[in-house]
Amino acid sequence: MRGFAPFVLAVLVSVPSFAADEHERTIVIENHRFSPELVEVPKGVRVKLVIDNRDATPEEFESLDLRREKVVAGKSKGTVWVGPLPAGEYKFFGDFNQATAQGKLVAK
Amino acid sequence: MIAAALIVFREVLEAALIVAVVLGATRGVSGRGRWVVGGIAAGIAGAVIVAIFAGAISDGLDGRGQELFNAAVLLAAVAMLAWHNIWMNQHGREIAAEMRRLGHDVTMGARPLTALAVVVALAVLREGSETVLFLYGLIANGAGWNTLVTGGALGLAAGVALGWLLYRGLLAIPLGRFFTAVSWLILLLAAGLAAGAAAYLTQAGILPELSPQLWDTSWLLAQDSWLGTLLHILIGYNDRPMGVQVAFYVATVALILALMRPAQARTKQ
Repeated sequence: MRGFAPFVLAVLVSVPSFAADEHERTIVIENHRFSPELVEVPKGVRVKLVIDNRDATPEEFESLDLRREKVVAGKSKGTVWVGPLPAGEYKFFGDFNQATAQGKLVAK
Repeated sequence: MIAAALIVFREVLEAALIVAVVLGATRGVSGRGRWVVGGIAAGIAGAVIVAIFAGAISDGLDGRGQELFNAAVLLAAVAMLAWHNIWMNQHGREIAAEMRRLGHDVTMGARPLTALAVVVALAVLREGSETVLFLYGLIANGAGWNTLVTGGALGLAAGVALGWLLYRGLLAIPLGRFFTAVSWLILLLAAGLAAGAAAYLTQAGILPELSPQLWDTSWLLAQDSWLGTLLHILIGYNDRPMGVQVAFYVATVALILALMRPAQARTKQ
């Protein structure tokens, strides 16, 4: 494990360099629904998704297609990075309220 | 209520399966019960604390706090599992031989037991904090305590039952091959957790994906199917892995095997 630490450090230090040219999208959660439910992003670039949970209850933003899961506490925001994505559709949902919290990300 | 039970079940399952593997790995070791129960208790206490500070953790480190926390928890578990495997590689054969000779439990050093208790605590901590948040959300949404308690209890019972089944299954392996089999299982479990850590680090924008999707075997075995979920937890099966996840998986297997090798050479002398 000792040889691993410098590697992690090097990676952490190099973060700002490739996080620089970013595209950002905000997805609001209200009444256990996403708004917008259809999110368009450009293909082939990294995208910063800001999950703005305006409900009082926590939600887990989850996507099997994007392999992402992030718990966002009530009345707070969370950041999830995705991509660069190939063109296509990627479903996401709120794990704690799957009956209503459903959405789709479209990369094109 | 069923929805609540299902979510609790899914969260409990991962921790329960890891506890089952740890129970298998400490087969025939006296005093292991105390360590495992201690690990579970510490994990639950930690889960409640993490849930309370979920907002602060998430907001911390420029919005990357939760990912870094999860990745750190996973990598710590990987280190503990790796250390256990390296230790067992040196002492496993003696322990198995002693068990057969004495016909009862043997004593094992406190250090390997501590490592495994930490693995249990970390698994319970990670899955438990999400369960606590989910149940808290249910209450805040106005669900009755009835739903909460019944749903939670059902999910917990089902998760523990599956863990127990896995443990019984492990015990069915003949003693001569038992420690080798468990050691391989722990190796792949560690690799799977490392791949999970890699996923969190890409989500935080800290590691590149290397490739968004190296292969797609969801047509063969979907990761959200029953078997897919079990294999995902136990050996890190992933139906659509990112390149960096595969890299972490392979590197972890290679690193642990390399560290096990000198120990093997020493025992042979």
